[in-house]
Amino acid sequence: MQNRTIVIDPVTRIEGHAKITIDIDKSDKVKDAKIHVTQYRGFEKFCEGRMYTEMPALTARTCGICPVSHVISATKAIDEILGVTPPKAGTNIRKIVNLAQLLQSHTLNFYHLSSPDFIYGFDAPKEDRNIFKMMQTHPEMARDGINLRAFGQKIIEDLAGKRIHPTGIIPGGAAHKIDESTKEAILEQIPAMLKIAQSALEFFRDNLHKFQEEIDYLGAFPSLFMALTNKEGTLEHYDGKLCFMDSEGNILKDRIEPRDYKEFIGETVEEDSYLKSPYYKPLGYPQGMYRVGALARLNIAKTCGTPLADKELKKFKALGAGKPVLNTFYYHYARLIEMVYALEKIEELLKSDETMSANVRSTSTVSYDKGVGCSEAPRGTLFHEYHVTKDGIITAVNLIIATGNNNLAMNAGVKQVAQKFVDTKNITDGALNRVEAVIRCFDPCLSCSTHALGIVSSKIEIRDHNKKIIRVIERS
Amino acid sequence: MKKIRLGTIWLDGCSGCHMSFLDMDERLIEIAEYVDVVYSPYVDMKEFPESVDLTIVEGALSTDHDLRIIKKIRENSKLILALGDCAITGNVSAMKNLYGSEAVLQRGYFELADLNQKYPSKVVPTLLESVIPLHEAVKVDYFLPGCPTPADAIYEMLKSLIEGTEIKIHELTRFGK
Ligand code: SF4
Repeated sequence: MQNRTIVIDPVTRIEGHAKITIDIDKSDKVKDAKIHVTQYRGFEKFCEGRMYTEMPALTARTCGICPVSHVISATKAIDEILGVTPPKAGTNIRKIVNLAQLLQSHTLNFYHLSSPDFIYGFDAPKEDRNIFKMMQTHPEMARDGINLRAFGQKIIEDLAGKRIHPTGIIPGGAAHKIDESTKEAILEQIPAMLKIAQSALEFFRDNLHKFQEEIDYLGAFPSLFMALTNKEGTLEHYDGKLCFMDSEGNILKDRIEPRDYKEFIGETVEEDSYLKSPYYKPLGYPQGMYRVGALARLNIAKTCGTPLADKELKKFKALGAGKPVLNTFYYHYARLIEMVYALEKIEELLKSDETMSANVRSTSTVSYDKGVGCSEAPRGTLFHEYHVTKDGIITAVNLIIATGNNNLAMNAGVKQVAQKFVDTKNITDGALNRVEAVIRCFDPCLSCSTHALGIVSSKIEIRDHNKKIIRVIERS
Repeated sequence: MKKIRLGTIWLDGCSGCHMSFLDMDERLIEIAEYVDVVYSPYVDMKEFPESVDLTIVEGALSTDHDLRIIKKIRENSKLILALGDCAITGNVSAMKNLYGSEAVLQRGYFELADLNQKYPSKVVPTLLESVIPLHEAVKVDYFLPGCPTPADAIYEMLKSLIEGTEIKIHELTRFGK
């Protein structure tokens, strides 16, 4: 046999577009596998020359799934440039909107994209593995997912003006205070939403025993973890400092100021992907591979700080028996716990009198020539760095996007799952679905990650070492 | 009643328009009774199928691959709906035209990389010299503006197609909304 490459294109039920190649060597073994992100939009260039005031609205357009994260990091970077601290109510409104987005985004991954694999199995006919089929066979569950996601989106709309690309989070704080009636309406719905999130958790736990192989081989390996944490070590999505932990649970570096991120994070270019690969600089490339997002956050956090989520966190931590949880499959579990946390935390923040204050915004003018904004997006730590003239014209922008941080780990995961499940003599749809499923565990947001997305194509192409197509298989 | 065969695809956009599609919320269940989603990021179909009744396209065209797929979509679809400002005008996706692909790549992969500075050139598609809206490459049947197009507008549009009625688009959405 000669060397061959299997191409899965496009990867589906993820947020964005990518393809996967699986290289097979002469002895019919999977030698390597990779994810390729296939388009590039160039925000870091075309933001140059624009006014800093445009940045929240403009950078929100890197992503329709987590626009709030971009708006939050953008406004935090601008807060630094202006030298302002938002009033408590402004900060709390931002936090609530950020959590509402976390909730809707995690819901989207679990119900709309991933759960068909849990309901029907990884080997189910491909026509069945989607939310539309779920609406027919599991209407209650589909409706739950739709309602929980809608709840998150509605909070964003009510507090920040618009569900997608909201305009109400602005430099210095927030544009509007929260109305009493809005607050009451949200609080009233929280118990029902908590019930949904908890039933999702139960469903997941009840079905875990069916997926032992996936747990063991969909990206189970040592890596570093990075997340924001606060002084107390509780789960944090808005404030806090950066922390790196190794796969044994040792803290490599803690309390890093986000503005110093460049001392610790380097980026390398892969010639076959528009997505760059960040790495932990002290360990270099590729040893400095780290993971971000829900799994990393829960590995690093000592507690969630809310009662129901903390109960779940204990069970989650038990999986690692005192060490970090290394199985990528458990990203799903971690996200479900964060959904419960988000609901509890939104309730807590809304019930605080400080949140309801009319003093939601501080104002100032350009005071510094540089600002770094950092927050935990649903998929992990997000950095925006802006440089400005004294008139507020942007001269340079750097963005490190949550998903990008996971690029090295996604590739390690794709390779592991391909080597385990792909029988090169009998390539099945179920095996290829598992290769895609490891990507789904990371919940990558590829529109963000290259500040872009795109691509499409077809079937499985088998190519020779010159990349010439020698065989094409329809995936069915 | 025969179901409408519906395709949806995102090209060079931010996926916000697709998110707005999901923002129809419970109305999705109602719509699903009348349509079969035969191709979409939300379903596992790798090949764009033949004889699609309606394809909803988000995003502008920015790579050679986008160009190829939009031509295939045109051949295989009775109707194409350009969803959102990127598909209709290029919008934010076309802002890199201000500098050109070369300068944009230079910034991302040379100035802002610490290792291996080079242009990604293997396996990935090639960027077009400039980003263009759909109608510059193919005939488009419907335009539904907005950034993103509001969910209500998407719902009314789909309902009108299913029921064969007319809607006043300008009452539901506009550019930049
Ligand atoms: S029109 Fe707006 S929401 Fe739609 S893809 Fe373009 S930037 Fe995103």
